[in-house]
Amino acid sequence: MGELKLMKGNEAVAEAMIREGVDGYFGYPITPQSEVIEYLTTEEPHKRTGMVVLQAESELAAINMLYGAAGTGKKVATSSSSPGISLKQEGISYIAGSELPCVIINVVRGGPGLGTIQPSQADYFQATKGGGHGDYHLYVLAPSSVQEMADFVEDAFEMAFKYRTPVMILSDGVIGQMMEKVELKPQKKRLTDAEVIKKYGSWATVGRVGGRERNIITSLDLDSHKMEAHNIHLQSKYEQMKKEDVRYEELQTEDAEYIIVAYGSSARISQKVIQLARKDGIKLGVLRPITLFPFPEKPIQELAKRVKGFLAVEMSAGQMVEDVKLAVNGKVKVEHYGRNGGIVPTPGEVYEALKQKIIGG
Amino acid sequence: MEIKDIIKPENLVYQKTKMMTDNTLSYCPGCGHGTTHRLVMEVVEELGIVEDTIGIAPVGCSVLAYEFMNVDMTQAAHGRAPAVATGIIRTWPDKIVFTYQGDGDLAAIGTSETIHACNRGENIVIIFVNNGIYGMTGGQMAPTTLPGMKSSTTPYGRDVALMGNPLKITELVAQLPGTYFVTRHAVHSPAHVRKTKKAIKKAFQNVIDKKGTQFIEVVSNCNSGWKMTPVKSNEWMVENMFPFYPLGDMKVDGKIVKDLH
Ligand SMILES: Cc1ncc(C[n+]2csc(CCOP(=O)(O)OP(=O)(O)O)c2C)c(N)n1
Ligand code: SF4
Repeated sequence: MGELKLMKGNEAVAEAMIREGVDGYFGYPITPQSEVIEYLTTEEPHKRTGMVVLQAESELAAINMLYGAAGTGKKVATSSSSPGISLKQEGISYIAGSELPCVIINVVRGGPGLGTIQPSQADYFQATKGGGHGDYHLYVLAPSSVQEMADFVEDAFEMAFKYRTPVMILSDGVIGQMMEKVELKPQKKRLTDAEVIKKYGSWATVGRVGGRERNIITSLDLDSHKMEAHNIHLQSKYEQMKKEDVRYEELQTEDAEYIIVAYGSSARISQKVIQLARKDGIKLGVLRPITLFPFPEKPIQELAKRVKGFLAVEMSAGQMVEDVKLAVNGKVKVEHYGRNGGIVPTPGEVYEALKQKIIGG
Repeated sequence: MEIKDIIKPENLVYQKTKMMTDNTLSYCPGCGHGTTHRLVMEVVEELGIVEDTIGIAPVGCSVLAYEFMNVDMTQAAHGRAPAVATGIIRTWPDKIVFTYQGDGDLAAIGTSETIHACNRGENIVIIFVNNGIYGMTGGQMAPTTLPGMKSSTTPYGRDVALMGNPLKITELVAQLPGTYFVTRHAVHSPAHVRKTKKAIKKAFQNVIDKKGTQFIEVVSNCNSGWKMTPVKSNEWMVENMFPFYPLGDMKVDGKIVKDLH
């Protein structure tokens, strides 16, 4: 068993980055995730592993530092919360366009605008549908515990390098701020510069080592046919993700007549709703998407063949519910229940909504 | 004598650097960008640092610098080159990283990235081509456009009461503790080309010696944007740009060597 610690989600993700052997973190403070950079600057990972931590002058600068370093094959990450992620979108679009691996953590707070520092899940569209300009997607992982905040760092980098694509860990203020027991993985070795050059030298801009041809990192092509081919290539990566790397969890769905679809902290709340419903003899199950892109369409399609209705529960005015509806494709009823503005729903009110909107309706 | 009798190795006095590719330059004939590219690449060749050099191309006419400079390059979003360079130099402290940027890129949309990279003293070379205009997008006003100067968005001349004053960003960064060598040059005459090259070489040597930020402004022409012939644009530059942007060193070896006010 690994080392056990009691930690906040934000601290767990920071510690996991150090242990993952991340080479660089570039960030800018914003509530409710400032603990990430505070933890990193306190831990001084340059002494533990040689990891670079830099507080940038803005989120714009931070994401472009990430872009530069990711283009050299280094393992790099940033974190922020909603308004900061909005500012990063230009850079994220460049990173997706030039096919660079990196990890972006969003500890979501309520919006729009400066909104609130309280938790929210209203960045679902921004995270899963592109976010910045152009046709692209991020691979999006949604942790629902402090343990997953830590574990998903390794998974995120695995996907980032498998697809050479930016990966987002879409968390929220509840998961970022709450304390739970977490089992930490052992320290991984950072790659040496020579190892990075050996592994990624075919594309990374590390200097023309050994006199090889130059490498170029760019998202620009003025030739429309080449640009279209590049776009088709990007889309093929997203199709491959849908085939190979969809992740989800089903809770008590075997005999379920009704399904709540919920991710992140809403999934935690929805687990409690199962208990309330089953006490009353209502067969409720939960499907928890772990990847929001690619979205678990197939398992939802399968469930739609045998259940009576779905309730999408999310702390937003209704964003993920659109993907649930697309998957269910009119076969059975799909409704949404959500709170926003930073209000976290209670299991009791979700249960009431289920009865009113799905079971009774 | 025939031409083939002249083209012989023993007669060679000057050769195009191998650090420039054979791709046809996308610049207008007469533009200072091409010369500046060549000088940077000659320096990389002469210092023998190609295996360690990483360049950052901006958004502007030199967006395609990576097509011409035969080194590893990353194309940055508009204004963000100093941040991109920071990400690289922080994770590869022994590499040689330079940015190549126009005045709109460096002194308008990227002012924050420029000032903070310089203030942190990132160990990079910044090549700043100041032609007083947005060349790429068709000659609009830049932060460096002179008072009274015409552009497509100041068709009656820059009215400073309305559009604000030109920004002398080089004078500004010279005052930041992180900059080590700050200097202003031009490439319109052979003598100036030689001086500029010397400065670029010194800047790259300083980065090899890990001295911090090296900032080289090249006051240049944009004959297309200024709507002049190349020759006329150079004359106009000497008469109008140089009095406002005087050539010479501002900071050498970390010490300010000129009254910046
Ligand atoms: C975010 C963003 N805004 C605007 C543009 C459009 N744009 C392209 S180049 C340019 C100006 C470049 O001018 P300068 O930096 O002076 O370089 P020059 O072309 O004169 O060499 C602008 C505004 C862009 N590409 N991206
Ligand atoms: S538009 Fe101006 S800056 Fe651009 S290539 Fe032509 S002359 Fe040079």
